[in-house]
Amino acid sequence: MALVLTEEQTLLRDSARGLIGEKAPVAHMRKLRDDKDVTGFSRDLWRTFAEMGFCGLLIPEDHGGSNLGFVEAGVVMEEIGRTLMPSPFFSTAVLGASALSRGGSGAQRKEFLPKIADGSLIATLAVDEGAKHRPVKTRMQAVRSGNGFRLNGAKALVVDGHVADLLIVAARTSGAPGERDGLTLFLVNPKSRGVAIERTTMVDSHNAARIEFKDVDVTSDGVLGEVDQGGALLEGILNAGRATAAAEMLGIGEEAFTRTVTYLKERKQFGKLIGEFQALQHRAAHLYTEIEITRAAVLKALQALDADYGKAGFAVAVAKARAGTTTTLAVQEALQMHGGAGMTDAFDIGLFMKRARVCQELFGDANFHADALAQSKQY
Amino acid sequence: MTASIDTFRKETRAWLEANCPPEMRKPMTREDDTYWGGRNATYSSEPQKVWFERMRDKGWTVPHWPKEYGGGGLDGEEAKIVRQEMAAIGARLPLVSFGISMLGPALLKYGNDVQKKEHLPKIAAGLIRWCQGYSEPNAGSDLASLQTRADSDGDEFVITGQKIWTSYANYADWIFCLVRTDFQAKKHDGISFVLFDMASKGVSTKPILLISGKSPFCETFFDGVRVPKSNLVGTLNRGWDVAKYLLQHERAMISGMGERGGGRPLGQVAANAIGVDDKGRLDDSVLRGQIASFEVDEAALAAAAERAVDLAKAGQAHPAFSSAMKYYGTELNKRRHELLMSAGGIDALEWESSRSHEGHAARSWLRTKANSIEGGTSEVMLGIVAKRILDLPGA
Repeated sequence: MALVLTEEQTLLRDSARGLIGEKAPVAHMRKLRDDKDVTGFSRDLWRTFAEMGFCGLLIPEDHGGSNLGFVEAGVVMEEIGRTLMPSPFFSTAVLGASALSRGGSGAQRKEFLPKIADGSLIATLAVDEGAKHRPVKTRMQAVRSGNGFRLNGAKALVVDGHVADLLIVAARTSGAPGERDGLTLFLVNPKSRGVAIERTTMVDSHNAARIEFKDVDVTSDGVLGEVDQGGALLEGILNAGRATAAAEMLGIGEEAFTRTVTYLKERKQFGKLIGEFQALQHRAAHLYTEIEITRAAVLKALQALDADYGKAGFAVAVAKARAGTTTTLAVQEALQMHGGAGMTDAFDIGLFMKRARVCQELFGDANFHADALAQSKQY
Repeated sequence: MTASIDTFRKETRAWLEANCPPEMRKPMTREDDTYWGGRNATYSSEPQKVWFERMRDKGWTVPHWPKEYGGGGLDGEEAKIVRQEMAAIGARLPLVSFGISMLGPALLKYGNDVQKKEHLPKIAAGLIRWCQGYSEPNAGSDLASLQTRADSDGDEFVITGQKIWTSYANYADWIFCLVRTDFQAKKHDGISFVLFDMASKGVSTKPILLISGKSPFCETFFDGVRVPKSNLVGTLNRGWDVAKYLLQHERAMISGMGERGGGRPLGQVAANAIGVDDKGRLDDSVLRGQIASFEVDEAALAAAAERAVDLAKAGQAHPAFSSAMKYYGTELNKRRHELLMSAGGIDALEWESSRSHEGHAARSWLRTKANSIEGGTSEVMLGIVAKRILDLPGA
């Protein structure tokens, strides 16, 4: 497959860019932040996303979706990145849809997928527990109890956890933290007794929560996939999230870069446009090169997921690691080249830096993925 | 993916499997593992000869050139499949030459019919070995200030001057050479692109010893060399257009060095040299991280190289993008060799011993330092990106 967008994918990008550029420019995110909006996103816009078919990109047609692929989901994520739009697209249309499409029973798919596709249900994945993303070290316990399981533990960085209608929770049904086997995924209603949700306001003003589970009962109908064998299913969902998060980071990085190049052509010091200084030209050219190489790596990972979902791990690790380092460089250079203006809250560029920092940690930073690559190559 | 492309891949795989000798699937370790062709060429082994002849007869020394010039007549997609399938079995290139990677593309675009018919088939068949006469002692990064002169004399040019960094000039049969044909015009507007035989009277060469030891580079001197005017490629005084076009291909070739790498994956090389701990991790945790980051970048660059070809096919490529790739690929290759030296430790320091293949690791490491100088320095590449892609003022 050619490593470029098809005509249809380009059209999708243009329509996403048109909609998001008009309805959710950076000012949209800023207003939600300043108003201390209780949901932190716009339900109206989420309905529009559903009407345009974005919510069901990864959902089969017989469940109300358009059965497209990860390249298409990445295209939307990149545009979301450009304007820092807060949206349940990642939690619901990527993570929720992937989890249920790949791991759901017939009944589970029938119950939840149409609601994701029509925008009426917000789903998310609860996996992280400690300060760093270490899914294998999952401690949260699920012990057999009656006809089901009883869950105890705590999760952090649950994206959109404060507004979710469905939690997909990774817990340990056997084995010890650090072991690959023994994980199981559960579908948990956040209104269940024993679930305590704390919305976490973070540096990027996007939406996440910490969630405590205290003696939460889940029936066996709530098991997603196989008991004790959830590791591979979880890894697949995480890879879907990592590749699309990398696409969002690409959007963040390229927008920060574009704004910076524009600034270099406007700002004057010493009687010259600062873009005339070779010290800045070479740094901009270096950054351009890094971004273009990362763009190729991200598209490669998205295509790899579409081609063979279970074998995309290497390409996904490369993409998320590259997106992590490239976007970090992009926002740092953007801030430095904007000078004092970049330090002000009134100026948008700092918002890109804040969002990039969160995306870097989300589902594994560049170090995590470089380490995974080294492990997979046995060194 | 269409059925015919699938079939082509299967046939290519089967043909390579049947025709590529096992010896030609091993990583190259010695200089004479590369076959350059030319009037005085010799094969270093029988499998090298067999592999070259089979590929030549199939037109696959230059798979994407037209068949009438000795190529395989493949389209972009098919040529990519041949490259991928060759890479999959570790097949060596059957023929490496500046005729293939540099002059050929320029002749296909700017050469007249007579020139194309005369030179391209001989390049494809490895009969003539070419060298590149670009840099001069006072024209390096500022190449357009070159001073080698070609004076008109009837049907001939008379060429006098000096080139430097002429790779393999001492082995080359012909040279493609930038000369000044107008000393009054602005520096870019008085340059012409000419071809001539290195056996011509008045040509002499002198090899240059580098920090890595013996090198393919030469100083090349022209003292009243007479060249027929029919050997001018393109328009008189418009040689800079040809030169720039050729440089894009040269940069693409050099950037590919990082992507192709030096054979075995770096992590495994290091694990063999240094050893691993009880968790199977490289027994130098900082180096392990550096290598892992390197391998991330290497994989990303490979994707970018693949995408560059696909963009070109889709007509969406920026003509200056090869400068970005040249910059990144060469810097990455330097990083690879720094890491190889670190992984090799004391063993990599030997300079003269058969155990070290006559200092292969150290000499390769030192040689890569030229990657970001030759074919346009990293700084020149960044300047081109700043000016032509980012459109920054005064760049």
